[in-house]
Amino acid sequence: MAEPLLEIDELTRRFGGVIAADAITLAIPAGELHAVIGPNGAGKTTLIGLLTGEITPEAGAVRFDGSDITRLAVDRRNRLGLARSFQITSLFLDVTALDNVALAVQAHRGHSFRFWGDARREDELRDPAQAALDRVGLGPRAAMRVDRLSHGEHRQLEIAMALATQPRLLLLDEPMAGMGPEESARMVALLRELKGSTTILLIEHDMEAVFALADRITVLVYGRVIASGEPAAIRADPAVREAYLGEGEAGGADGRRKGAP
Amino acid sequence: MTARLDSSLEAAPRLRLTAPAAFNIVLIAILALIPLYARLSGDGFVLTLSTRMLILALGAVSLNLIMGYGGMVSFGHAAYLGIGGYAVGILAKEGIASGLLQWPVAVAAAALYALLVGALSLRTRGVYFIMITLAFAQMIYFVAIGLDRYGGDDGLTIYRRSQFDGWLDLNDKTLFYYLCFTLLLAGIYLVSRLINSRFGLVIRGARSNDRRMRAIGFPTFRYRLVCFVIAGALCGLAGALLANHTNFISPAMMHWTRSGDLIVMVVLGGLGSLFGPLIGTATFLLLEEALSRVTSYPDLILGPVLLAVATYAHGGIAGLLGGRARG
Repeated sequence: MAEPLLEIDELTRRFGGVIAADAITLAIPAGELHAVIGPNGAGKTTLIGLLTGEITPEAGAVRFDGSDITRLAVDRRNRLGLARSFQITSLFLDVTALDNVALAVQAHRGHSFRFWGDARREDELRDPAQAALDRVGLGPRAAMRVDRLSHGEHRQLEIAMALATQPRLLLLDEPMAGMGPEESARMVALLRELKGSTTILLIEHDMEAVFALADRITVLVYGRVIASGEPAAIRADPAVREAYLGEGEAGGADGRRKGAP
Repeated sequence: MTARLDSSLEAAPRLRLTAPAAFNIVLIAILALIPLYARLSGDGFVLTLSTRMLILALGAVSLNLIMGYGGMVSFGHAAYLGIGGYAVGILAKEGIASGLLQWPVAVAAAALYALLVGALSLRTRGVYFIMITLAFAQMIYFVAIGLDRYGGDDGLTIYRRSQFDGWLDLNDKTLFYYLCFTLLLAGIYLVSRLINSRFGLVIRGARSNDRRMRAIGFPTFRYRLVCFVIAGALCGLAGALLANHTNFISPAMMHWTRSGDLIVMVVLGGLGSLFGPLIGTATFLLLEEALSRVTSYPDLILGPVLLAVATYAHGGIAGLLGGRARG
């Protein structure tokens, strides 16, 4: 088998007495959509932090495309091709959607020690930004101020910003959080489109979406991987059913219990 | 977390003939005519006060670049005025009177100091950043007091203004006024270009949401540091002008209350507005001047005015004029 795009090896991190990541080991081949699920407090967001570089591990290693990135700074990782969306919408509100995405494009078009020209008139930045907006279905809203967009559109814009950095691995931190059924359906359709062209690590509470999209699923409980495999195997795994899915079936009422941000 | 780039990003600050633009043009016209008025009325004091205002406004423009657009609240900005001034004074005392040497040294010394302060302080945020910039400025203040050869606590008189080989005579008060006027406008123009450039968008993005900026791939520290150095250099130039204006340097130039005054000028005029620093400086100096004629405690009235601006008008006076106030 080819070398995986992302390799996580025995990654460990404690916060005080709580083990948020307990020797997590995981490999994600290029092209896969890999979902990480787990009950609240399972360490999913910690995992994202460890992968983006915002949290430093105590032990273990992260390899991306063969090179060790365990201690690399956040911005360097992003320039290697590792982009994230934020769980809680993190946008520049009082400028347009296009301005937001153009800024992400700019970060990947050489250095920004350019002091004179008007950056908002550069086609080199605006055109790829518009393309990223088109890709997530926000094309017609490009000139709209971000604070006038809906919650669902904010989530789409989050993805557009991540896409604009031309990532090889997309880390999506609960992209469906706080969405109604219609918006969720649109997001699932969008992720299905992205699937295959970009490797995706999806952290999500919406079980319906996870089981519909994922090639493989990893289940985290108290920072530990208790199961990892194809959706059907996860659904059938007795340890998963007991620890996580608990009372109901996969895709049941349990699905959206940590909804609104 | 959601964040805001300042609203001026939306309304690109190109000159459109809106109310604030019209106000700025009138303001510039008045400033351009002040030497004429001084000559006709024979009131030399107006020219002196106005020159001082232009110079301090340049310092405020520099502070506004990092504080208004970059979110870096430097509480030691007077140190740059002092460093620029001392560069001129020390060189003059040592017999080097050429402005072509003095001024670049003033700018370079201020830039170097900014590089040092920024490299340390920009790793911190909020109150810590403020305290570190203040601590450095205090250090420089006491260093100046210790410079016995250059007057120590009493300061140093500069007997010859910077020499420009005959093509600029800084002793000509009108000419010196227009030089300061030109440099101030150039400074404002420089900032207007900067804040809309790629560099400026990074600075303003980092002010709103540094974490997000790093997540999309910007190494924000180095951009903020360069911005800090540019502001320092600009204020060093203001310091060189100030030394030439007063023919005198002393540690008092960089007393921490001077740094406070600069912050007040910027906030009063309007954080993150191009002409705000000029408007704020003019208002501050005029109020100070007017109040000192009627009371020995001008701060007693200046204080509440500032309080009102800070509470009710976040965009400062420029915000009130142009509706560019931001919450």
